[in-house]
Amino acid sequence: MTTRIVELRQGILKKNDELARTLRQKFTSAGVLVLNLVSSPGTGKTAFLERTLRELTSRGARVAALVGDLETDNDARRLAASGAPVRQINTHGICHLDAEMIDRHLTGWEIGASHQVSESASQRLVELRDLDYLFIENVGNLVCPSSYDLGEKIRVALLSVTEGEDKPLKYPTLFNSADAAVITKMDIAEPCGFDRELALRNINEIRPGIRIFETSSKTGVGMEAWLGYLAEQRGLGAL
Amino acid sequence: MHELSIVSSVVDSVTESAGAYPGARVLEVRLRVGALASVVVDSLEFCWGIATEGTSIEGAKLVVKTMPVVVWCEPCAKASELDGVQSFRCPLCGELTMDVRQGRELEIEAIEIDDAGEADQAQTIDAGKTEGTSKNKQTKES
Repeated sequence: MTTRIVELRQGILKKNDELARTLRQKFTSAGVLVLNLVSSPGTGKTAFLERTLRELTSRGARVAALVGDLETDNDARRLAASGAPVRQINTHGICHLDAEMIDRHLTGWEIGASHQVSESASQRLVELRDLDYLFIENVGNLVCPSSYDLGEKIRVALLSVTEGEDKPLKYPTLFNSADAAVITKMDIAEPCGFDRELALRNINEIRPGIRIFETSSKTGVGMEAWLGYLAEQRGLGAL
Repeated sequence: MHELSIVSSVVDSVTESAGAYPGARVLEVRLRVGALASVVVDSLEFCWGIATEGTSIEGAKLVVKTMPVVVWCEPCAKASELDGVQSFRCPLCGELTMDVRQGRELEIEAIEIDDAGEADQAQTIDAGKTEGTSKNKQTKES
């Protein structure tokens, strides 16, 4: 019997990574800034995105969103109220979005075909190159989405004041791979006994120097800084 | 819990790679999993039997090597291994660093095959081929 070792040295998620690279090139050449929003269920991703879409739309920015959930199109319906084109991705049990799901759900958007997501956003023509921002709301999960590159330029880790200041320490992979961190529900920080300094310190231990935005989707606090960051990342300067 | 989909990807890749060695049996699959890969090694092992059942690599052993996080510290000009993933500070000087040099791996390092010995030459040539820059196949007699 001859045994031999065949060195493969290949990424387990190679297919995903290759597709994500292709998507990233497509997004870059279309001039659209793509963000991947990741958090636990209940952090307030949808409310934060709702507010972001509304604010950006009112400033004349062209935005669209893909929203991932195991089931239902409730979030897409909520987000579509902003007037932005929105597509729901139902993963039917899968705990994360992957590049293939993004690619599949962009079909039609590249070529400008009409698409149907929700009543208010249906029949809208969208082309990637006509967009300034595309937001991807990942499935609520702090673990699995961190392994899957979606072709985004910016990965945003969200944390709410009700979750405990040590969440970044408990889920270091996500926070370490994030480009920006958003703390949500700042309007209830005080009654929750949220230790702001500790939370900021913990995020910084895991991802030193990361940009952190302290926000409330309800009151709008912190949104200016966040929108400024988005504009800066698009290279537009202040909106 | 995405270990089953990770393991399924491994099975697909290994089955494909092993296809270049007709008649050979895959004895072992070696993975390298970084401490920052968000993957639970026990779960990988748990899923392995289920995912390989009925495939051409059924019975192969899964060997997972865990890779600790290694960071580069600019002031020290030195790479150091971290004890955990709770703090990204240089263990030598205590400075925070974002420069992670190791620990995100999620890769198939190698497979060990039991070669029937036929068409050895053809297989060696095939195994010597490179596909792109990230995938280098080499053979060693063991």
